[in-house]
Amino acid sequence: MQIATHQQGPGDAFLSARGIHKRFGALVVLDNIDFSMGQSDAIGIVGPNGAGKTTLLSALAGAFAPNAGTITFDGRNVTALSAAERCRSGLVRTHQVPKPFSGMTTFENVFVAASHGDSVSRDEAYERVIDSLTLCGMLGVANRQADTLGLLDRKRLELARALATRPKLMLLDEIGGGLTDGEASELVATILELRRRGIGIVWIEHIVHILLQVAERLICMDAGRIIADGEPRAVMADAGVVKAYLGGTSA
Amino acid sequence: MTLASNGISIERWTRSSRLALGGVALALALFAIAPLTLGAGAIDRMTALFIYVILAAMWNALAGFGGLVSVGQQVFFGLGAYFTIRLADTGLNPFLALFAAAIITGAISLPLSFFMLRLKGGEFAIGMWVISALTHMLVNLDRLIQGETGTSLISLNVYDINTRRVVIYWLALASMAALLGILFALLRSRAGAAIQAIRDNEDAATSLGVRVVATKRLLFVLAAFGIAIAGALWLATATTFQPKTYFSVQWTAYMIFMVLIGGIGKFEGAILGAVLFFVIETFFGAMGVWYLIGLGATAVLFSLFLPQGLWGEIERRFDLRLLPVGYRVKLPGPPKIQWNQ
Repeated sequence: MQIATHQQGPGDAFLSARGIHKRFGALVVLDNIDFSMGQSDAIGIVGPNGAGKTTLLSALAGAFAPNAGTITFDGRNVTALSAAERCRSGLVRTHQVPKPFSGMTTFENVFVAASHGDSVSRDEAYERVIDSLTLCGMLGVANRQADTLGLLDRKRLELARALATRPKLMLLDEIGGGLTDGEASELVATILELRRRGIGIVWIEHIVHILLQVAERLICMDAGRIIADGEPRAVMADAGVVKAYLGGTSA
Repeated sequence: MTLASNGISIERWTRSSRLALGGVALALALFAIAPLTLGAGAIDRMTALFIYVILAAMWNALAGFGGLVSVGQQVFFGLGAYFTIRLADTGLNPFLALFAAAIITGAISLPLSFFMLRLKGGEFAIGMWVISALTHMLVNLDRLIQGETGTSLISLNVYDINTRRVVIYWLALASMAALLGILFALLRSRAGAAIQAIRDNEDAATSLGVRVVATKRLLFVLAAFGIAIAGALWLATATTFQPKTYFSVQWTAYMIFMVLIGGIGKFEGAILGAVLFFVIETFFGAMGVWYLIGLGATAVLFSLFLPQGLWGEIERRFDLRLLPVGYRVKLPGPPKIQWNQ
């Protein structure tokens, strides 16, 4: 169900997905997803477990090819591009379960991202790493080997690495899970700084009150479909959304 | 040391690593003039040591840095020797043939990489062994080789035995120095950071813009080339070529042994491991079966009690980095107190 239509024609969509379909064996995990957003939009995605949120993010980022559908980014059809090439064109993701390069230091983890996002000089890459580490509050653990980092720092590392690729659009997958209130407000401040720099955000998060501090638009997914899309408070009040969260089968 | 913003600097060399680099240069210079004083037997042994260092460094780069564990690297060792025989048979100078053979082997590893690098983990490891066994059989079909009877690099006989020995020694020394230099430069480059990132998490690396397959291919081809040089040099010292000696899995077992006891994923570790192996072989090599049992027991003890190898332990205890490939961030210290007004 569409709550509010966005004043956005297909021509000015920065990222768009048309008719995305993905199944694993007989299980349909993405069912004809249509989605588009502008360059500096901040979109939140919510939905019960198993709704297909992470799968959608993975399809957008290029972790796998969808069974059907087209994805365009920054005026280019990227459906056939690998995740690495999409990252190089400015579309980067973080992982729900952090995937640090565990044998490397925090600095080296971020340096990999800074030096492979696009062609940069070594000094420029260093500057980017320091900037990302500073913004994510990780300078103090720059020389720590990543497998000694706690969960909070591993989540920050996901964000710092993604940021160091100098993205135009970031796809964030539950980077706020398990944070205390203080940590969560730091995270929100960081994301707002990214917004200030003109980076578009798509953010999957279960903790809705954090999400609402950043998102201007909310999408709710259930059973592989988008069941609501629009102004955040209206989406949260939507009957279908309430039903998806509180039980019963989705309408 | 490079200055980034706010007084933060990135350190790639330490005082001890600069000293170590000087030490390496000095050692190479001493090795270069050593044949003037060494006897024939010692020259041959040192040549073997240089070849072991090449083998250990290549396997360590592949498995320890790149995560590409292979038990079939003897295929490149065997091919390096085989192509040397083949090229020398066409009339090419045998010393030139050594390096031409390594280049051919490296070139062959490129198309091989297109399907082998699709395999992951254990499939890749065993798949390489299968490739090696297949290649061994194909080489046996070559009439020049005469099956397992083998043949010799007879064109070396035009050189006097002592000249030959020293030239091979120098070629082995120069090859070792050059290959270690190339490897060190590669691992310190941004491609080196990507290689380690792929080892630790391929998905994360690709989602951060690392071209995973191309990066793995670079490492795979370089390791094939280096190990082929080692095989060609081994042929030059032994002169006889019997396929089963060169395509034996024993070579990869030695590589794994050297890297495990020296310290996997540490640049210094592979070199130390090769030296340790060389010492063990020199003193216990004549003991036959007990020597092999001893090697196996040593490997088991190291993997149980020193999984980071000897160098890993030294590095941890003394925070010593002699040939560092990583990055250290130096944060500006607290402001200095001014005692004199």
